[in-house]
Amino acid sequence: MEKRIKERKVLTGEQERHLLYQMKLIRRFEEKSAEQYTKEKIRGFLHLYIGEEAVAVGVTQALSAEDYVLSTYREHGHALARNMDPGSIMAEMYGKQEGCSKGRGGSMHLFDATFNFYGGNAIVAGHLPMAVGMALASKKQQKKNITCCFFGEGAAAEGEFHEAMNLAALWQVPALFICENNLYAMGTALKYTHAMQYIEKKGVGYGIDSSAVDGMDLIAVSKAANDAVKYIKTNNKPYFLVCNTYRFRPHSMFDAELYRDKKEVEEWKKKDPIPRYQQDLINKKRLSKKQIDEMDKHIEAEINKAVTLAEEGTWEPVEDLTKFVYSGQ
Amino acid sequence: MKMEKMTYREALKQGIREALLNDERVFLMGEDVGHYGGAFAVSKGLLQEFGADRIMDVPLSESGFVGAGVGAALAGMKPIVEVMTVNFSLLAMDQIINNAATLLHMSGGQLNVPLVIRMGCGIGRQLAAQHSHSWEPYFASVPGLIVLSVGTHEDARGMLLSALKSPDPVILFEYTFMLNMDKEVAPDAGAVDITKAKVRRDGKDITLITYGNGVYKSLEAAEELSSQGIEVEVIDLRVLRPLDEETLLASVAKTHRALVVEDAWRSGGMAAEVFSRIIEKGFFELDAPLQRLCGQEVPIPYPRHLEEASVPQPQDIVDTIRKMIGL
Ligand SMILES: Cc1ncc(C[n+]2csc(CCOP(=O)(O)OP(=O)(O)O)c2C)c(N)n1
Repeated sequence: MEKRIKERKVLTGEQERHLLYQMKLIRRFEEKSAEQYTKEKIRGFLHLYIGEEAVAVGVTQALSAEDYVLSTYREHGHALARNMDPGSIMAEMYGKQEGCSKGRGGSMHLFDATFNFYGGNAIVAGHLPMAVGMALASKKQQKKNITCCFFGEGAAAEGEFHEAMNLAALWQVPALFICENNLYAMGTALKYTHAMQYIEKKGVGYGIDSSAVDGMDLIAVSKAANDAVKYIKTNNKPYFLVCNTYRFRPHSMFDAELYRDKKEVEEWKKKDPIPRYQQDLINKKRLSKKQIDEMDKHIEAEINKAVTLAEEGTWEPVEDLTKFVYSGQ
Repeated sequence: MKMEKMTYREALKQGIREALLNDERVFLMGEDVGHYGGAFAVSKGLLQEFGADRIMDVPLSESGFVGAGVGAALAGMKPIVEVMTVNFSLLAMDQIINNAATLLHMSGGQLNVPLVIRMGCGIGRQLAAQHSHSWEPYFASVPGLIVLSVGTHEDARGMLLSALKSPDPVILFEYTFMLNMDKEVAPDAGAVDITKAKVRRDGKDITLITYGNGVYKSLEAAEELSSQGIEVEVIDLRVLRPLDEETLLASVAKTHRALVVEDAWRSGGMAAEVFSRIIEKGFFELDAPLQRLCGQEVPIPYPRHLEEASVPQPQDIVDTIRKMIGL
């Protein structure tokens, strides 16, 4: 086993409340997105992150602003955890030019270079090799930042996952691979897609130190992510962390959920990371009833502001259709 | 015979079901075809009816399961491999081109690959750049493949059955935009001729050549033009490879004008190939320059108004034809 530093970051009450705030913001943002989808304000594919908030928030708090982040089409949570403006995300989903990708991408293609947020990638596993390349570039330029790449367990069946793992280990790049194992790839359960269902073992097979964590527990995810980041920076090697989690909502708004039992969903809802962490903070006397109310009010205001920005946003003129095909346009 | 109303989705499903009933070597494999019921609900209920041996859910491994389809075809099965959409077929391109399309030739005629690959395709649901591709022309440039485009409900019902009779690999493009569309289909509709293009509407003034999403759009435009006194002959290519030149040339010899309509990007699209054939063999029949309405050369943007502007719409067809006729 490589050298692991297990220093615990001790969070202040304010920092802890911020993590709770981020999880709740993601939850409300996603609920609002679903609402706006049924009103046909948002179109195309919409993949919600509800249930998985502890992963994005727990991992992202371990990163610095200089680190590169890549995600999938289920990326609103990661973008929000990265502190991107909810308004620019909502406007993107409306297709307005005020959106973070100028409205060109929609829900599946959020990009914001100022936050080192590199999407928003909708070809499953297609971003893993890119993540290796970004980490390779940091290494070649002797930069101190790492690259963090989120993907689902479905992606771990793709050749691109396996090629990326091998390359990352071979080149010893500073990359953090985060597998969000929510047990289903669309409607196909883990047991039908992987013969070896402990996904973390696949990293070990490539010579990458790997572990798994309860993805419904913010504290556990945060600790695991802090350790992983330190490991990468200390050893100059990649790390693979599997977060076992669950999505409470359908795969996308088109999904009739024929493949799973309602009871199973209800069981997982009992592990909801948000009330769990909130109660934890109350028990530790880090959070008062008044603070909860203020937080919820603040979140409502943020969401309303985001919707207003999206509603008042403008459409790109049709004459600009062929813009952004080559640089300098 | 009384026609039956059905959706494009239902027509596809009936085709698959009949294929499974006809021949026990036939099996369907693809991502989410079983428990989920098909990404677009095309195979809904088939797992329950035929069992997991014949309706196989596969992991996200396009190169792997398409390659396995090639192998299974080589070794005596008749696989129908579903690649959820053409957008993901790029991951399987090596298997499709270097193996499926090439084995017969490399082996000096010993090994044929009776494989059918179905994929959803096209634009129209605001799915943005990575999920809206129209890549029929890429596949149509590969010797060894038979490339079919399912532009009508009749073909949705019957083309798969014909494809399964082919000793060589067939790519079937299905259009997600049309899934919910209702049309009349003959209750005995079955296998169709997959060597021929089809004249979907007779006309004397101009030949409009199209395929896929272009077929119903072109018929709509032709209807409108007819009310203005212009009779458009609409040809649905159907078979993008090998191209049926005969039908095209016969129509051009009658109308002396031709327009191609397609959603695929303009450069190197089907229009370019169709025009070459017409110029090579029917140049002296032409009374006017050939014209094409194709996809704009841009990755497909998400917002509705930009998505619609990316591909030809019925009104664009009407306007272009009026100009070509000199109105
Ligand atoms: C290469 C490729 N194949 C298929 C798809 C269609 N698709 C989109 S998401 C998805 C399931 C992915 O599951 P997983 O990686 O576990 O992530 P999750 O959606 O559960 O977060 C599928 C099959 C795709 N986008 N890209």
